[in-house]
Amino acid sequence: MNPGTPAARAAGPTQKGSTRMRLTQGSPGARILAFGGYQPARVVTNDELAATMDTHDKWIRSRVGIASRRIAGPDETVADMAVAAGGKALAGSGLSPADIDLVIVATCTPEVQIPNTAATVARRLGIAAPGAYDLNAACAGFCYALASASDAVRTGTARHVLVIGAEKLSQWVDWTDRSTAIIFADGAGAAVVGPVADPADGPGIGPVVWGSAGDMADKIYIKDRNSFIFQEGQAVFRWATTALHPVARKACEEAGVAPGELAAFVPHQANLRIVEAIARKLGAPQAKVADDIVTAGNTSSASIPLALSRMIERGELSSGAPALLIGFGAGVCYAAQVIAIP
Amino acid sequence: MAMTEQEILAGLGEIMEEITEDVSADQVTPDKSFVDDLDVDSLTMVEIATAAQDKFGVEISDDQMKDLKTVQDVVDFIRRAGVSA
Repeated sequence: MNPGTPAARAAGPTQKGSTRMRLTQGSPGARILAFGGYQPARVVTNDELAATMDTHDKWIRSRVGIASRRIAGPDETVADMAVAAGGKALAGSGLSPADIDLVIVATCTPEVQIPNTAATVARRLGIAAPGAYDLNAACAGFCYALASASDAVRTGTARHVLVIGAEKLSQWVDWTDRSTAIIFADGAGAAVVGPVADPADGPGIGPVVWGSAGDMADKIYIKDRNSFIFQEGQAVFRWATTALHPVARKACEEAGVAPGELAAFVPHQANLRIVEAIARKLGAPQAKVADDIVTAGNTSSASIPLALSRMIERGELSSGAPALLIGFGAGVCYAAQVIAIP
Repeated sequence: MAMTEQEILAGLGEIMEEITEDVSADQVTPDKSFVDDLDVDSLTMVEIATAAQDKFGVEISDDQMKDLKTVQDVVDFIRRAGVSA
């Protein structure tokens, strides 16, 4: 048979041309070993914003639930913040830099398009030659990156992964636009992901439930490199308070953990009103609901690991307790999974 | 199934009690203005609209919501939509 004929092509590759390849051996499950967070030193209060724009403390607190936020210094970069948070997570995990073989940085505000942030962050943390990539799913970025890390560990393409969410949204905010300036902030959060210690323990990262709705791309965007972030607040609020609690419930169902069993619910810290509405509709009466936005602002992909690291530092969550995470934002993109607190 | 004005009003009362901290169902009377009397802001109006959609099966868009100032406005909107549906 002529190998170029449609019949031959449909029959697939000939024995002579095929190669028998091996696959990596993975772990039966992945878990989070440690979290780490970093916030810039500068605290910006609502009163400070009210001094330069038509707004006031009470209005900001009632609309978005934010009392103060942190803003990076002019020379402080996304990579600087990622290194600070990543270093803390690494130290908390008890691993050495040499143990990390993949670094994923979730960010939608990198300093430059090329090179990526992940390779720079890895080098600065002393992690030699890991796989390194940036991931942009905006405010859903951390949950996407966590799912990717979990899959890499499970399939054996990496053994230990450093996952970081880091953002400097302040450089994309129009500081005369009160609809966005009161919300967005800077910071970083990180997690070290590795294989389960004992297969009998079960996984520490549950199945991800993720998705997107590109028809809502015009609800949150930065038009080009010379533009500021734009958000159609009411439309985003309507979407977030109606479309996401079913995603959150599905993530519980996939993990086999009932909402009533959750010890914590850590949604992206978009707006306290959204956080509270999703929590109410989810129905998780035992869960401590993250409210880190009150003093951190909306830090996009950093908000979930930052909130978790602070809740763990304060001793609010015990090791092994189930927590539900849900990231959601521009795209629109969303992702949710249940994790076990390290 | 057409709902009576009283049924819609009672439903709105339940919605307001659930999504606001300090409004009780008996405060939700037809003459009340959401903004001036019930201290409702634009985001709470979105929550009322989406909760009304779940309860009454009537969609209220962001644009339509802007014209609904009083409890009576919402009751009338839902009744009209219910009749034409």
